[in-house]
Amino acid sequence: MTSPQLPWEAEVVEHVQESPTIFTLRLRFTDPEQHAAYRFAPGQFNMLYLYGVGEVPISIVSDPEDVQLFDHTIRAVGRVTQGLAKLEAGDRLGIRGPYGKGWPLELAEDRDIMIVTGGLGCAPVVSVINYIMRRRDRFRRLVIMQGVKHTDDLIWHSQYEHWSEQPETQVLVAADQGTALWPWHVGHVTDLFDQVKIDFGTALAMMCGPEGLMKAAADQLLPRGMKEEHLFLSMERSMKCAVGLCGHCQRGSHFVCKDGPVFSFADLKPLFGVRGF
Amino acid sequence: METGFLPRAGLQTLLDTLLDAGYRCIGPQLRDGAIVYDALAHAEQLPRGARDHQAPGSYRIETTDSSRHFTWANGPQALKPFLFAPRETLWRAERRDDHTIHFVETLNTSTPLAVIGARACDLAALRLQDQHFLEGLNADPFYRARRKNLFIVAVHCSHPADTCFCASTGDGPRAEQGFDIALGELDDGYLVQSGSDHGAAIVAKLNLSSATEAQLNQVGKEIEAAAKSQTRNLPSRNLREALFANLSHPRWEQVAERCLSCGNCTSVCPTCFCHSERDDAALGGENSEHVREWDSCFTQGHSYIHGVTLRDDTHKRYRQWLTHKLGSWHDQYGRSGCVGCGRCIAWCPVGIDITEEAGAICAGERHD
Ligand code: SF4
Ligand code: SF4
Ligand code: FES
Repeated sequence: MTSPQLPWEAEVVEHVQESPTIFTLRLRFTDPEQHAAYRFAPGQFNMLYLYGVGEVPISIVSDPEDVQLFDHTIRAVGRVTQGLAKLEAGDRLGIRGPYGKGWPLELAEDRDIMIVTGGLGCAPVVSVINYIMRRRDRFRRLVIMQGVKHTDDLIWHSQYEHWSEQPETQVLVAADQGTALWPWHVGHVTDLFDQVKIDFGTALAMMCGPEGLMKAAADQLLPRGMKEEHLFLSMERSMKCAVGLCGHCQRGSHFVCKDGPVFSFADLKPLFGVRGF
Repeated sequence: METGFLPRAGLQTLLDTLLDAGYRCIGPQLRDGAIVYDALAHAEQLPRGARDHQAPGSYRIETTDSSRHFTWANGPQALKPFLFAPRETLWRAERRDDHTIHFVETLNTSTPLAVIGARACDLAALRLQDQHFLEGLNADPFYRARRKNLFIVAVHCSHPADTCFCASTGDGPRAEQGFDIALGELDDGYLVQSGSDHGAAIVAKLNLSSATEAQLNQVGKEIEAAAKSQTRNLPSRNLREALFANLSHPRWEQVAERCLSCGNCTSVCPTCFCHSERDDAALGGENSEHVREWDSCFTQGHSYIHGVTLRDDTHKRYRQWLTHKLGSWHDQYGRSGCVGCGRCIAWCPVGIDITEEAGAICAGERHD
């Protein structure tokens, strides 16, 4: 039998530098049959293997219907990601996946949607925003909210501007520290919830980023009438195997790699915000 | 199934029968002052009259004049390393001159293995390892290959150590299920019972006489006495609610002051399954092995992500170990992750006792 953890070889087709530390690798499996058979859902992730160094879990940002290539947006922070940052078109790496449960996109249809993200350009929700934009008629109002520390931390600046011009779409961005020409709010992202125009009772929220920010957002959304089962969070934990065996991502009754990374708030609630879990 | 009697000298016949049937045999032996499991060809290699004196932070073997082979409870390891290898290569990457990468499977064929002398707690732990490695979303092929080839000769416990509490967890001292053959030791031999078709086939070759009523009673009495002699216990078989209701209990800080975060407890625990994965690149750079190795929730690296260690102190790590083992396991595996073997108590260098900690945290005033 084949090991569920055996990677496939993939080729970098394009390396796009998004910011000094954030880059996107556009990839294709070198085996055409594997490439043709490969399917994923927004919010799922792959394990990326840098030859001789190791593996990292990275979510897939491209659209599941873009069958030519699949994209990973990565921040260079550790040994593997710093090595991946040096890969150029033509270079090879290993990929296994997709793993985990993605965003609840069927449940989201015909509802208002709230996307909340913080920190550095959060790839898992960018995939979902693009997914919705390409199928705009299936969803109702869309609110995109992002909080960053510094104005420089917002990558895909022009994309946010573009989104804000779309019908039935509201873009709310806040930077803790502002600079000249910053068109959005200066202050905390939680200041912006009063401006959100959605039907909280039926709306669905999808969030990723630091858990502190997600908690602050949940504390705003739930009292406004959002249901715990409609609030979804993408969680990050240490991951070695991605198949529910190594124990590194265990959190309460879940293994984040296979039971997540996307969970409803109802599922996360018992330990949410408790340090050490 | 009828119980047979095997005279003491027949133990060698059992070993020979297993060897003839193609099994490699592993059994307990006394080495460097502890019971360890290693290749076993001759019954004389088994310990004789060995008693293990176990207490928090200590393990000592005394040799008595008993002629029995199983007058001890356990050593630091039993079945776990034979199925979930402490270190193994999951796959190999080869880089060719044109810089393409090829991924190569490293799963070898496994050979039949018979382990003699597994305890009831070991069988319960094996059941949990089976659930984890075989019955989840992704079965582990390395574990599966070895598990399929495993033959177990269990021995009921008649001499628990002071650290044992299997009666309290419901996992011993009698081996009830999960074995191919179970033995009950008497002064002059063994009561033999088969627990599977493979076991029955081996037993059939031993030409046993039937066990007498008196022999059955004797073994039964010894097992009962073994259960009664245990003094430690967990406050309940399900501490999930109690532990999570006490995440702010001051006892966590107190135990963290003693705990060295060394991970000994997790490495001797027969149910702990955490492992890490890393890459060993050959010096010439032409290939690299992707290796998995036992890991522990007590290490700094276990919860490390993006420059942050989620469990950055011993307090959070001890709380993680206990709330997972005795708490979240109920959600994930339908029971507690503790089978009462007491290993983590004896092999902890500072003698932290899981039963005492669980008792202190779960009894009395809530600190949530
Ligand atoms: S927690 Fe301790 S007593 Fe329980 S099974 Fe593990 S090592 Fe044995
Ligand atoms: S409880 Fe004991 S064995 Fe476990 S990590 Fe702490 S000091 Fe080590
Ligand atoms: S990453 Fe190994 S169990 Fe989840």
